[in-house]
Formats: sequence, structure tokens, C-alpha cells
Amino acid sequence: MTQFPVYLDHAATTPMRPEAYTAVTEHLLEVGNASSLHAPGRRARRVVEESREAVAAILGVRAGDVVFTSGGTEADNLAVLGLYRARRAEDQRRTRVLATAIEHHAVLDPVERLGEHEGADVRWLPVDGCGRLDLDALKSELAAAPETVALVTVMWANNEVGTIQPVAEVAALCAEYDVPLHSDAVQAVGTLPVDASTVDSLALSGHKLGGPVGVGALVVRRGLSPQPIVFGGGQERDLRSGTLDVPGVAGLAAALLASMGDLEVRAHHLRTLRDRLVAEVVESVEGVTRNGDPDDGLPGIAHLSFAGCEGDALLLLLDAAGIAVSRGSACSAGVPQPSHVLLAMGVEPLAARGSLRISLGHTSTGDDVDRLVEALPPAVARARRAGTGR
Amino acid sequence: MKVVAALSGGVDSAVAAARAVDAGHEVVGVHLALARDRAQERTGSRGCCTVEDARDARRVADVLGIPFYVWDLSERFAEDVVEDFVSEYAAGRTPNPCLRCNERIKFSAVLDRALALGFGAVCTGHYARLVEGPDGRELHRAVDDGKDQSYVLAVLDADQLAGSMFPLGGSTKDEVRAEARRRGLLVADKPDSHDICFIPDGDTAGWLRDRLGSAPGDVVDAVSGETLGTHEGAFAFTVGQRRGLHVGRPAEDGGRRYVVGVDVGSATVLVGPPVLLEVDRIEGERARWCGPAPAGPVEVDVQVRAHGERIPGVLERDGAAVRVMTRERVRGVAPGQAVVAYAGTRVLGSATIARTSRA
Repeated sequence: MTQFPVYLDHAATTPMRPEAYTAVTEHLLEVGNASSLHAPGRRARRVVEESREAVAAILGVRAGDVVFTSGGTEADNLAVLGLYRARRAEDQRRTRVLATAIEHHAVLDPVERLGEHEGADVRWLPVDGCGRLDLDALKSELAAAPETVALVTVMWANNEVGTIQPVAEVAALCAEYDVPLHSDAVQAVGTLPVDASTVDSLALSGHKLGGPVGVGALVVRRGLSPQPIVFGGGQERDLRSGTLDVPGVAGLAAALLASMGDLEVRAHHLRTLRDRLVAEVVESVEGVTRNGDPDDGLPGIAHLSFAGCEGDALLLLLDAAGIAVSRGSACSAGVPQPSHVLLAMGVEPLAARGSLRISLGHTSTGDDVDRLVEALPPAVARARRAGTGR
Repeated sequence: MKVVAALSGGVDSAVAAARAVDAGHEVVGVHLALARDRAQERTGSRGCCTVEDARDARRVADVLGIPFYVWDLSERFAEDVVEDFVSEYAAGRTPNPCLRCNERIKFSAVLDRALALGFGAVCTGHYARLVEGPDGRELHRAVDDGKDQSYVLAVLDADQLAGSMFPLGGSTKDEVRAEARRRGLLVADKPDSHDICFIPDGDTAGWLRDRLGSAPGDVVDAVSGETLGTHEGAFAFTVGQRRGLHVGRPAEDGGRRYVVGVDVGSATVLVGPPVLLEVDRIEGERARWCGPAPAGPVEVDVQVRAHGERIPGVLERDGAAVRVMTRERVRGVAPGQAVVAYAGTRVLGSATIARTSRA
């Protein structure tokens, strides 16, 4: 008997919420460019603005602070590249970028690019063994020469191990030294209560919270004008050009609204499932290490290392058993690299290779956990026979 | 059976995987990442395992409806194939890295991993046939003699052959391309790979110079003992080579000169007329047998380079060493290449050429 596939990779993308599906499909066949002055254009505009207001209200900011983008990656790129360039143009001394060593590639890569091509002096901020930012390191970097800092970027919660970052403390430090703070909150929004007014700029993504793929937003407080990275018609406060994706924006707002409706209940449900999953796996398999912060992490993420085997082999065997999990973060060519997040946390490269990210979400059930717990021990035994290949 | 189909991103491995699926096997596609720093795109027929190849391989798996994974074997490949390649050249020999890769990577590291994970075989797009014989599985030449790849598989022992699957051995390349087109595989018209996959620009001498440094020496006439010129490193020369000698003067008889010997110790490249290339005794070491090793002298046909002709002779084995006496003289036998012995279409085994001589 073939069983239903078990989807435990919600941190990669999560099923669309029915509310979002309804909102997207409702507008898909409607004509109207939100920038047009005629009636169809006005209708489209209204959908966009109502969506903007809904997003802003949920995140605790003003509607004018919300800039819709093509997704989380574009939002992060706009914040990092745009803020650096704008701040540097105002004052040439601002060359330093302070970023945690565990940022997502959507932040990591533009920061590295600034270092390689635009004279940025990049300081990677260390994290502890749980993957939490070392606040003292941030403080000493800030205190050393605050006038030379272009921006600080600290993710809200890590996409691989789930550790929640001390954003409020970081924000207080940045305010003290009058330096803008960007936060990649792609994994947090829709799962944690996020007050975007805590930070100066914040990125979110539609499909991570049950909305459509291809839409996201950068919340950027007024008075802070990152230089655009996409040029054209000047839609979205002249910060971001491109015809607005009306169904996408409506879907994003509907998904966010829906996720607020069950935020606490869902977090409790996910935490209960996740904790049971971890406990049962640790009991049935030897040599398992849990990565991340067991007490202050995203409720749906379990990041586990299995000594003596390759995560790739485990993924293959679980996939064959109809269970979808992840190595951590996807890579375009599919070539696994040891995770920079785990390495920054001090995990040995070999142990990092033997790890899996299991992420639950709004459709996860106890049956999913049972199926994984059942399939994992034989898969680990087999993957251990295949060894680490070194 | 559960089968790992190695998908390079080319047409042969794609059709091989498709045939394994048709045969009722439970097939999983695996692309091997062998290079550490992978080029983004292919340049013509050169190189392989670029990011573009990985994408092509993934599309093949999509079309066939099979799972697809990338296995990173770059460390093993660097150690077992690339380092060996460099040290062989440094020692004045001319290695064939494809044999080494088949012996150590595809039908060792990959096969071992596949077996441990519960698979029964590794399927590749090599043109060779596996035949069940009285003494176990036999490796045979492909039906398409022009495309035959049994030479580079002649390092596989009985255990390795037992875990191998070569679905293309009974077909010609044209048939395989036509089948790829019929199956809607977009790689149907992709050019064949040539040259050495980890030297994408094809400049082996330059690649070796980067790693071994320049080691200048003399080009010496093997007949007269006269120094004819200089070179940047003896490792760039292979016995039988004619081009790139840069000796200004023609030979006294007006004939062409060839590399007839390479002595890395004294950095000397010996050149001479083609007659000096003719040998009829080949001594090999590190013999590998594709089944039972021959007990006494056997009548064989030998092939001394990929796609070379087969020459009849007698093979004698002495432990891991072999000696072949050919019935006619053969030219351009380069130490480091493999001498592969056939009985008819069947591959008996191979050895690395150590020395050659003339009776």
C-alpha cells in the first residue's frame, strides 16, 4: 500500500493556506495595472493598498513602510545593498557592515559582494554553540567606531537550526549608536509574533508563511532610504520598480492574516509535535545530537546530527520512504557544502555533514511524526553502513 | 532491483538510465560532482560535470520520473584520480585517468555507497557488454566497435562487474541518439565528451606545468646522441608524440621524428625515427583481471590505448605483473597507459604498461 508522502520541509516552503489560495485566485483573472489611472487600475490599486495596510497593521508599522518585492531574497538584497550604498553616499567613512555569521545566503551573498566590489569592511559577528549572536561582540564592534558602521544585519530566527536572535537587544544597541538595523525575518513572520517597528528594516517572504511564491516585502521605516537595486517605473516609493503583482500581494496579506489567527495555538501544536519527535528519535537512534537552542527556537524546527553518516544518504533513504526532509539550506547545483551556520556554531565539519533539518508546519500531524520516527532508525543504520565516504 | 544510474548530463547515461527504468528496475539518478571548482558551462565537447551538466542530468531524471541526487565525490576524485594523474606524469608516464576513475570512483566509491544504501548495481552509459558466462560474469566489447569503451573498463574485477550495468553495449551511438530523441530527452544532440574532464581547456601540458613547475631539459636525438633543442618539462611528452617537439632541424634522412623515450630523472626527451617506436614486448604491472586470472600463457589480442587497434600476441602472468609478446611490432606504446587483453570480444584484464622492448 502506498502511503501519503510525509512533508517535513516547511522551512523550505509550506503549503498555501486556503485563505491565500482564495485571495490569489480571486484576482488572477482581473485586469488592471495598479499604476493605471482608470477604473481597472484603481481597483487593482485598492487591493494592493488594502493588502499593504493589513500587512502593516499586523507587523506594527505604518502602511507606507511596506514595500512589496518579488520575495524575501529581493527584500534582503534591497536592504543590504541599498542601505550600504545610501549610508556610504551620505558619509564616506561608513564602510563597515556588521552581520552575523549565520545569515541566510540572501543576506550573506550581497554582504560578501559589498566586501569584494564596493569597499565594505565586513565584520562577521560570532554566535554561540546554540547559534545565538554574541551581543558583546556586536557591542564592541559598534563601540569601536560607530561612525564607520553602514549597517547591522541580524536575522530574526535562523532558517537552519531555528535559533531566535536577541533582536530587541540588538536594536537597543543599534539605537544607542545611531546605526540602522536590518533583520531577515523570513522564517519568523507568520510563526512568531514579530513587531517590525523594533528594527529599521525587515524582510519577509510570502511562501514561507502560506502565501504564494514570488512575493515578499521589505518593511523599511520612513526616513531611511535605501538606494534602489531595480530601476524602472518607480512603483513602491521609488524604492522598487516593477508592475505590482496584485494576486500575489493579496495572497501574501491573506496568508499573513490567517497565520495571525492561529499563531499561538499553532506554535504550541508544533512545539509539542517537535519535542515528541526529538525525544523519540533520540530514544530510538544512538549518536544523535540536536543543534540549535532547545528552549528558544522556532517551534517547528528540529535540526539533528547523526554521527557516522552523511545527511545526503539519509535524505535519499527517507525520500525513498516517502518522507521529505532537508539538509538545511538548498543549493542550486545540489552539491552539498558543510553548512556555514553549523560551522559558525562550532560543529565539526564531519558532524555537520551528517545532519538533517526536519521542519514542521501548519499541516503537520502526529501521524507525520510517527512515520518519521518509524523510518529513521533503519535509514540511519543503513546510512551508517555507507559511512561518511572519507 | 534497486539501481543507481550515474547521470553525467550526457546522452549515453540518459538512455542507459531510461533502459534500466524500462527493464523494471527501481532507478535513482545520481550525478557525480567530481571537480572542486566547477565551471558554470561546458565549452563544446570539453570537460564535464559543470553546473550546466548537473542541470541537464536533473532534467533527464525529471523526464524519466526518477529521483535525482548529486553525490559529492570531489575529495576522492582529487586523491585517487587527479593526484595519481599528476604523479604519473611527474614520473614520466602517460596515465589514463578514465580507467583510474572507473576503478576507484565509479565502480568503487560510488558502487560501495550504493550497495551499502541497499542498491544492487550502478548503471552507466559505457559502451560495453556484460555476459553471464560459465565462470561468472564476463565483460565484452560493445557491438559498436567505433564507440567501444571496454578498454577503460578493463580494470574492473569480478566483484565490480557483479555490481555493474551497461545497458548500451548492444547498441550503436546513432541508435542511442535516435532513442534519446524519441524519448524526448533534451540531451539527445549534446556533443560527446572528449579529453580529460578535469582539464576543461584541453591544455594538458599547461595544466601540468601549473602543478609541476617547469623542468627544462634537452631534446636529444636517440640515434646520434646529439642535443637538438630544449623543452620546458619532460612530463609534457608522451612516447609516440610527434607534434610540439620544436626541433629546428629535420632528421638527416628527412623523415619525421617522434618522442621515443622520456627520462624524467635527467629531464631528457629522446626523439628518433618511427622505427624506434616499434616494439613487440610489453611489460605491465598492477594487473587487474575481469574474472579468473589466466593460469598459464594465453593467446590474446591486446590493445594499448583507448580506441587503438588490437594486436595478437601471447600473455604471461607473473603475480601482479604481465608480459605480452606481440606477433607483430606495434608503435607508440606509452608507459602509464593500460595494456588490455582480449580473448575474442571478451576482456580478460589489464595492466599498466611499465616497459617495452624489441626482441
